[in-house]
Amino acid sequence: MSGHPSTYEPKYAPTKWLDQRLPIVRMGADFMTFPSPRNLNYWYTFGGILTMCLASQIITGIILAMHYVPHVDMAFDSVQRIRRDVPFGWLIQPMHAVGASMFFLAVYVHMFRGLYYGSYKAPREVLWIVGCLIYLAMMATGFLGYTLPWGQMSFWGATVITGFFGAVPVVGESLQQWLLGGYAVDNATLNRFFALHYLLPFVIAGLVGLHVWALHHVGQNNPIGITEKTKKDTLSFHPYYTVKDGFAMVVFMLIFAFFVFYQPDALGHADNYIQADALKTPPHIVPEWYFLPFYAILRAVPDKLAGILLMLGAIVVLFVLPWLDTSRVRSSRFRPVARKFFWIFIFFCFILGWCGAETPDDMVFTVGSKMVDGELKPMGLNFTWLSRIATFYYFAYFLAILPILGLIEKPLARPESITKAVLGDKAHSAAE
Amino acid sequence: MSDTLHNDAHGETVDEGKRDFIYIATGAVAAAGVASLGWPLVAQMGKAADTLAAGSVEIDVSKIAEGQQLKVLWRGKPVFVRHRTAKEITEAENTDAAACPDPQMDNERLIPDTTGKLRPEYLVMIGVCTHFGCIPVGEAGDFDGWYCPCHGSHYDTSGRIRKGPAPKNMEIPEYQYISENVIKVG
Repeated sequence: MSGHPSTYEPKYAPTKWLDQRLPIVRMGADFMTFPSPRNLNYWYTFGGILTMCLASQIITGIILAMHYVPHVDMAFDSVQRIRRDVPFGWLIQPMHAVGASMFFLAVYVHMFRGLYYGSYKAPREVLWIVGCLIYLAMMATGFLGYTLPWGQMSFWGATVITGFFGAVPVVGESLQQWLLGGYAVDNATLNRFFALHYLLPFVIAGLVGLHVWALHHVGQNNPIGITEKTKKDTLSFHPYYTVKDGFAMVVFMLIFAFFVFYQPDALGHADNYIQADALKTPPHIVPEWYFLPFYAILRAVPDKLAGILLMLGAIVVLFVLPWLDTSRVRSSRFRPVARKFFWIFIFFCFILGWCGAETPDDMVFTVGSKMVDGELKPMGLNFTWLSRIATFYYFAYFLAILPILGLIEKPLARPESITKAVLGDKAHSAAE
Repeated sequence: MSDTLHNDAHGETVDEGKRDFIYIATGAVAAAGVASLGWPLVAQMGKAADTLAAGSVEIDVSKIAEGQQLKVLWRGKPVFVRHRTAKEITEAENTDAAACPDPQMDNERLIPDTTGKLRPEYLVMIGVCTHFGCIPVGEAGDFDGWYCPCHGSHYDTSGRIRKGPAPKNMEIPEYQYISENVIKVG
């Protein structure tokens, strides 16, 4: 990793010998002494937490693959066997299943952090885009993995999602059947989903390498969004941020452990304890919680192709965000108006999640009722309309609010430097 | 001396035109090689021979009572055979096809039996919602036909889409009457 002059000095003959041939210890040492802004807060610890999540998913996943059978007749039972009969399977399987939720929880905090502090702005556009690619790969991995236990939600989730490809004009049906390896989700599908689910985490690991490389090349953003100017503005990554990240990881692990040990199924769906049945759709199909907002966007439009395009658009818009936000001020701390719109955005993301979990025709609230075709129907706001309002705001935030606001908003005065922001007037005496 | 000729560092005469031809020809052969190796790697994901060979199903429709629906698995998908009531048939026939998003008359959705007559009481279709492939619930929805619980598509008693996000009517599989009361799907 590049970015700062190396201070590593090999002390012993073997390390000197190795350093001349493969400077891998140097790379590690430079990584640990990377100068990081001195004002990073706890929202900046989620990169470390995410690395831990990825490592945990890969380790538990490889173990599960040793006991799992990717066959329609045996997959469901083999997962139950892992939970009941395999030594410590009761621990490792929930660590993997809950771990997926924890991974997404952490990535959403990480992304909202980037959004709030303007971490996507120049010169960090590529860093942000690689992050979006990681998120996309995570979504694919999460979806493929959810199919493997072969419960009712696994099967019908796979049917609905692969149905998206069927909406492609002209070649849709052939494309869908090529992906499935048959006319419907079946053994061929399960087998290939297993193979790809095993592959993608390593692709994610590779992308994480690029993400960290880009991070170290351009330097970290920070809560005030002002680039570090002197050495005083920075601290060595180790021990200052290894300790801070480590503390945050432990707190995160507490939440993780609560779910693993006390509520291993709370984040899943009860219907996935029923084996997949191609003849019976569950009365209420819902994706895992981390996909609910996108599911709500999909259902907000009464047209199949338009719904899919809108849902994809919700992710594509993230990729072009660096060019949509016209403000030259990074951090929302100094953008009083943008900050309000940001919190409204967060609010509507939760609303979308809520809409995704409910039935479209159900009512959010009712205001009286009226007669329709001789039947008394309640009036008010249903979830379809609520999700339309929230979808509208989601896109308006990126496509209208951020581009326009950057041009008309008057940002607050920013401090001269990170040191000044942290120490105030004491910065001068410290400098002397 | 043509303008594509010049001398290289060793003083040898080089024909650039000839070199370009060799580069392009070599590249073309390599590209063809990659494509011919790549195609099997892509095509292996398609339907295997045993999947394609998945046979046909025979159904005795006389065993289905009026108002009852039989669900049979065919090629991994359910086929609905519904013995429709007189009321359902009337509703299906009296609907203006132009009012449907995917306009079709009820009799266009039936296949004649061995005597060449249509049997409107038996509706045979693939019981898969044309939106995202869920299985609609029978005798439900605003049109007394089927209702898809996934995203709220309403189908009428002919299996035609009437309301909701699904773009098409439920598909009619290839089938035929092989005797008075037996149909063969596939």
